[in-house]
Amino acid sequence: MYDIAIIGAGIAGSYIARELSRYQLDIVLLDGENDVGNQITMANSAIIHAGFDAPSYKLKGKFNAVGNIMYEKVCDDLDVPFKRCGSLVVAHDEYEMATIHELYQNGLKNGVPGLRILFREEVHAMEPNLNEDICGALYAPSAGIVSPFELCANVAENAIDNGVTLKLNHMVTAIDKDDDCFKITTSAGNIEAKFVINAAGLFADDIYALVGDPYFKLLARKGNYFIFDKDAGSLVNNVIFPCPSKNGKGILVSPTVHGNLLIGPDAAPVEKGDISTTGDRLDYIKANALKNCPTLPFKKIIRSYAGLRNTPVADTYTTTDGDFILEESPVKGFINVAGYESPGLSSIPAVAHYVVEEIVKPLIPDIEVNHDFNPKIRPHVRFTELSDEERAEIIKKDPKYGKVICRCETITEGEILDVIHRNAGARTVKSVKKRCRAGMGRCQGGFCSPRVVEILARELNCSLDEIMYDQQDSAYILAGETKSAKEEA
Amino acid sequence: MIYDIVILGGGPAGLSAAVQAKKDGVENILILERDRELGGILNQCIHNGFGLHTFNEELTGPEYAARYIKQVVDLGIPYLLDTMVLDMTDHGETKIIHVINEESGYMTIETRSAILTMGCRERTSGAIGIPGYRPSGVFTAGTAQRFINMEGYMPGKEVVILGSGDIGLIMARRMTLEGAHVNAVCELMPYSNGLVRNIVQCLNDYDIPLKLSHTITFIHGKDRIEGVTVAQVDDKLKVIPGTDEFIPCDTLLLSVGLIPENEITVNAGVEMDNRTNGSIVGELRQTTMPGVFACGNVVHVHDLVDFVSEEAVLAGKGAAKYVKGTLDTNVTFTTANGDGIGYVVPQQVAMKNVEENVTFYMRVRQVFENKVVNAYIGDQLIATKKEKKLLPAEMVNFKIAKEVLEKYPAGEIRFVVEEAQK
Repeated sequence: MYDIAIIGAGIAGSYIARELSRYQLDIVLLDGENDVGNQITMANSAIIHAGFDAPSYKLKGKFNAVGNIMYEKVCDDLDVPFKRCGSLVVAHDEYEMATIHELYQNGLKNGVPGLRILFREEVHAMEPNLNEDICGALYAPSAGIVSPFELCANVAENAIDNGVTLKLNHMVTAIDKDDDCFKITTSAGNIEAKFVINAAGLFADDIYALVGDPYFKLLARKGNYFIFDKDAGSLVNNVIFPCPSKNGKGILVSPTVHGNLLIGPDAAPVEKGDISTTGDRLDYIKANALKNCPTLPFKKIIRSYAGLRNTPVADTYTTTDGDFILEESPVKGFINVAGYESPGLSSIPAVAHYVVEEIVKPLIPDIEVNHDFNPKIRPHVRFTELSDEERAEIIKKDPKYGKVICRCETITEGEILDVIHRNAGARTVKSVKKRCRAGMGRCQGGFCSPRVVEILARELNCSLDEIMYDQQDSAYILAGETKSAKEEA
Repeated sequence: MIYDIVILGGGPAGLSAAVQAKKDGVENILILERDRELGGILNQCIHNGFGLHTFNEELTGPEYAARYIKQVVDLGIPYLLDTMVLDMTDHGETKIIHVINEESGYMTIETRSAILTMGCRERTSGAIGIPGYRPSGVFTAGTAQRFINMEGYMPGKEVVILGSGDIGLIMARRMTLEGAHVNAVCELMPYSNGLVRNIVQCLNDYDIPLKLSHTITFIHGKDRIEGVTVAQVDDKLKVIPGTDEFIPCDTLLLSVGLIPENEITVNAGVEMDNRTNGSIVGELRQTTMPGVFACGNVVHVHDLVDFVSEEAVLAGKGAAKYVKGTLDTNVTFTTANGDGIGYVVPQQVAMKNVEENVTFYMRVRQVFENKVVNAYIGDQLIATKKEKKLLPAEMVNFKIAKEVLEKYPAGEIRFVVEEAQK
């Protein structure tokens, strides 16, 4: 029997697993998908918000700025690309300037460092490609950009390094409570644990309903995004937010940590699991992004995608103020980490610490520190970031770093092999792409995907048609051998 | 050691350029190829139809490549395989090329002259932003071609193809021959973007419907593609409401255009032409950076490999002249695309380098019937090219004799589509 089972290996579940591994506990991290961080964590704005939006009385307000400040250390330990690029909330008129002043005051309450209100000239000096109408902005130097999928993969890897068991393709279908033990039925066998942490993202309400009377409900809200080629990556230096309205933060324009440009997201309620992009919504995003950034080069778009937020909503049996749900539920020993939407990614270092220290620890009085805990993962080789001398040296040590597989992003076979063979390693074409960017570039895997399929098949000792693009079994890439190949055989 | 010419790419353009430069007496030539063999994309083009203009016979892609590889080997031109060029930097008299491979690791190669022959890549579903899911089973036609012809695996069994580019048409036939069912080829434009012979031999002969003025408005299927919604578009390319049709499929192939791969070119500081997405070149394919030449699909997308080889001969000659110090750098003419013409290559002509004539390659913007392409310098009509039909898919080769051009001291040669003189 495990001490703790965590349901959901997105950023919340994976990060909490890693924080729990600082203690001597038997921990299992479960996910129904075939990779960690494969849903909400995978498709979002990738921004580490400064923390001036949420009111200070909410958990969102309490944890965002604190989580943000922890990011340098976190990304250093976990070897994740992170850049504190700053953000601007821009105003087009005096009404919007009034909102900017309110955000500034709220930011001060939340402890956001370095906030400043900028006037027209300063804004345009800082960001020459913004609309000339913009008359001022709230500047938050602490806002940052991160690679959320690398963060999730690396924090899961670190959790496993420190003793956590990861079980993918384990879809939870039933939970029974029996005295001091939770019996969890999954699509791949049963698991027992003394405590459960429900970090199932969009499905956290459904998971809780397996064990207790529902007291919260989650709504999927979809956001569409566009990614631009690296050619367009330097159009803005800061994350550019429009002035927020009652509909949310609005359409942002942001550099990405890998040097691309991103615009989005809209927000529309949808069925859980609907991550289809929508034609008219994409047009809406383009039109709104142009209001702040009139020279967006739409010809340079290399991908559009949609992601989901999990927003707590009121219904007949619940009331909500839309805050994170971080608590031991009415079912003793069952902890909910739910409604974990923006600024969830920004807050997670602080939230994980809170969940472990303030919620889990009081439940386990005899908890002992894991003195072998190592917060660092083995650093990645990122070939493009090496000097010429370092390149020569690494290829001499391992010739696989001399073979470029992804031309657009210059990703070598050595880097792909490394992400396959690490803990929480890549098993699909998409999971390779998330971890080391092979296929993320302008040709979108046109040239490298056959090579990546080949490498995965070789390393996992299976045939090419057994390699999946994404989800287990249903996202196959190849439909068997050709007639000619069979005849030759 | 300093090379005379280094060629970036061992596909048809690189091979032909190397052979020509060697024949013109250049000794120290090196070909750099990122793939595991010479021949470039021809290796996966196992259908025939290559070489009709060059060799007067129908060869498969690998056979066509083999003819040039044999010449490269016979002439003793060295090449490096599995070798990736990371960067090229200009140092005036020489260029430094930064490369890596497994065997030698990281190297810098110094050369007096470089010929850029990196080819092109396919436009992706991301670039055209089709709404819907992002499942597996959506391939560019060339990626599917590689899986089938090089790896021996089928991408799927029930196929829809978006775009009527030549690779898409070739793959419609190839997948049919391998036992798949191709439901339709949808083309946004009211005309095909492929060669007429490919429409006939790859679609009509196999009863595969070509839906002109049709596009895909939604991709269905969360994990693996399950179908597409196809709709008709009007003359402004906007979807006509009520024309939606669901076509079930497990595979969507895209053949929606090719883009020259010029990252090295741009980083090196070579001047580009946004009409071709290639570099600005002269009659011997010299770029605006002295000593750097470019030819083949990296300059502009060709529809026949024969013309790639032909253009590469010019680059080979040009680089040889440069190395020997006999390349003239005084530009006599520039070229311009007038009404009906999308682009013209070369963009510049230095008359002292011209032997007998200059061939101008260009594409028309739309389908024209019973029209001609006229070339003007100022108000003077200097040459006319007659074609029964002008199609955007078929590159126009407009040859103008040296004697005709020599009559003019300088100026702009403008190409326009006009009514034929009665």
